[in-house]
Amino acid sequence: MDNENMFYEEQELVLDDLPKDYMEVNFGPHHPSTHGVFRFIAKVDGEKIISIDPVIGYLHRGIEKMAESRTYNQFKPLVDRLDYTGALNNELCYCLAVEKLMEIEVPERAQAIRVICAELNRIAGHLIFFGAMGLEVGAFTPLLFGFLDRELILNILEMLAGGRLTFNYMTIGGVREDVPDSFRDKLDRFIKNFPVKLKRYKELITGNEIFINRLKNVGILKKEDLFNWGASGPTLRGSGVRFDIRKVEPYSGYEKYDFEIPVGTNGDVLDRYLVRMEEIKQSIRIVEQAANNLPSGDYTAKVPKILKPPEGEIYYRNEGTKGEIGFYIVSKGDKNPYRLKIRTPSFSHINMLSFAASGNYIADAIVILGSFDTVMGSCDR
Amino acid sequence: MVWWIELLWSLLKLVIAFAFIFITALILIWMLRKVMGHMQYRRGPLHHGPHGMWQTVFDAIKLLGKEDIIPTGVDRWTFIWAPIVVFIPTLTIFAFLPFAEKITATNIEISLFFVLAVMGLSILSLLMAGWGSNNKYALLGGLRAAAQMMSYEIPMIISTMGVVLMAGSMNLIEIVRAQNHMWYAVPQIIGFFIFFTASLAEINSTPFDIPEAESEIVAGFNVEYSGFRFAAFFLAEFVNLFIVCALAALLFLGGWQPFTNPVWGTVIFLAKTYVLIFIAMWIRSTFPRFRLDQFMDFGWKVLLPLSLANLFITGVIVLVVDKIRSV
Repeated sequence: MDNENMFYEEQELVLDDLPKDYMEVNFGPHHPSTHGVFRFIAKVDGEKIISIDPVIGYLHRGIEKMAESRTYNQFKPLVDRLDYTGALNNELCYCLAVEKLMEIEVPERAQAIRVICAELNRIAGHLIFFGAMGLEVGAFTPLLFGFLDRELILNILEMLAGGRLTFNYMTIGGVREDVPDSFRDKLDRFIKNFPVKLKRYKELITGNEIFINRLKNVGILKKEDLFNWGASGPTLRGSGVRFDIRKVEPYSGYEKYDFEIPVGTNGDVLDRYLVRMEEIKQSIRIVEQAANNLPSGDYTAKVPKILKPPEGEIYYRNEGTKGEIGFYIVSKGDKNPYRLKIRTPSFSHINMLSFAASGNYIADAIVILGSFDTVMGSCDR
Repeated sequence: MVWWIELLWSLLKLVIAFAFIFITALILIWMLRKVMGHMQYRRGPLHHGPHGMWQTVFDAIKLLGKEDIIPTGVDRWTFIWAPIVVFIPTLTIFAFLPFAEKITATNIEISLFFVLAVMGLSILSLLMAGWGSNNKYALLGGLRAAAQMMSYEIPMIISTMGVVLMAGSMNLIEIVRAQNHMWYAVPQIIGFFIFFTASLAEINSTPFDIPEAESEIVAGFNVEYSGFRFAAFFLAEFVNLFIVCALAALLFLGGWQPFTNPVWGTVIFLAKTYVLIFIAMWIRSTFPRFRLDQFMDFGWKVLLPLSLANLFITGVIVLVVDKIRSV
């Protein structure tokens, strides 16, 4: 039997198990809570979800193919467009991959600046998650609170990079510019003020009885399932797996900083939420340490104008805001990559949706999708 | 009275009621924007008029001026009539709401009973809209609305019975008069809580806005409506908010007490109502939404037994007090 037939046989088997009068409801691609242009077709029996077919690709821009006709430096701005809520983490991963391939030594100051940027961007990304999570359970205010406070971070990053969403700040070998003089003051003020805001979030919604009831014991995922689906990041840590690439394979000097990896116990949506909220605190700790011990020196290494990595291939990964970002680069010694493959967490997590949400209510499916914190730019590429 | 004077007088009352309803709805929409805006560190509308007061007027004009879209495939009759039907209970209730001692359109002995009965009709329009739209989101929303209203109607009505027992009347004016020593919110605190909670569910307000959960089923029953038909649903939602808050003020917060003067009575009654409306908006801007099953559990397993217990205890106390007095 060939593969195609097998697929249909399986489908028929599933169809036999369905209740007689189910309804197909289409969600998206333009739906308020599908986080961009994600579409899924849900088979529902009343309010219960029987199965979900995710449809992806509405934001496909062919970024991997575009890499093949661009030089390593020209491709870098496109990396920002993957997971646009954590653009600097993408940049960091790409730059590290190319640097590893070319064996470029990055100065310590550049490494520290990169860490500050990446962690600030992680906080910004988690704030969007916080707001979206509130919206998903029907509370509108967290969204505005989250975006308002994200503004503080974007203002700091704007001082460095000039941009606010797609930064293009890191270069292969370091960062584009050194930090301005007033940067330190602004960062200190942010570090001082931000815990107050976190406390306010907690008072507003984390402690809310309805909120906890909506999230608790919803979408429980076991460790083994998560391994099979290739989950990573806070989604994986929510189920109690203490796996963080910043600790396991430290990059860009993360081994120097003292921080903890928060993990959940139950593996439900609430745990994934709390893990992210705790990660914000840890990120602030990292930023504080990096800013206090900012080494002097160059902000970039000496790199040739035209990069021609030696023949070879590399897979490099780092901890993005949503999970493991990986760049697999094959070089044939040209100024363009021969092939570039991007591994993004959102792609793995979105495929998990049907598995996680089947058997739950429609309202839960939305919350579960929200708890993966997917970004379609990163999923479709 | 000559018959035509009577007719004119009735028509005038109708016009006043309509004007009042529309102005109230516009004020409430503006108020919601301002209240939610300030709670979310925004300012709300600012540009048209003082503090953006004309904004909702312009919004209403915009909605009324829009093209009337009736999608193909809808059940025409139900689709067209649903936004009209939604106003019938709303308007009817206004005829029985006393604003002060003598300010009421119609005064009948069982006005509370009548108001509660008519309120139950508002399910009909939502079901019609949900069914007639030929849209799955709308259908889910309509069914959710029906389930929600039916299960919350019961605790809401039972919670008012405590008040009726204490006042010994179903006339809203009599009930307010009976509160001249003490507001019923004090002895009937549980009833007040149940009534207010169930009313919020009755008008689909947060945290019970399950029928129009925009993150799940986009806008629920009114997803296919636009222009003035949408405006009808939108206005009815706010007028209903006013009605339930006004009822709560009448039943539990002493209506126009301590004033018997019509002008001051109306003012204090509206003030009490608006305080309750503010609380509803406060809840709206800070609370997340229940899930359907949790919400049903809350209605049937918490509110209903609580309201029955409240009714029972009130009945026993009223009986005992009566016996002692008669002795």
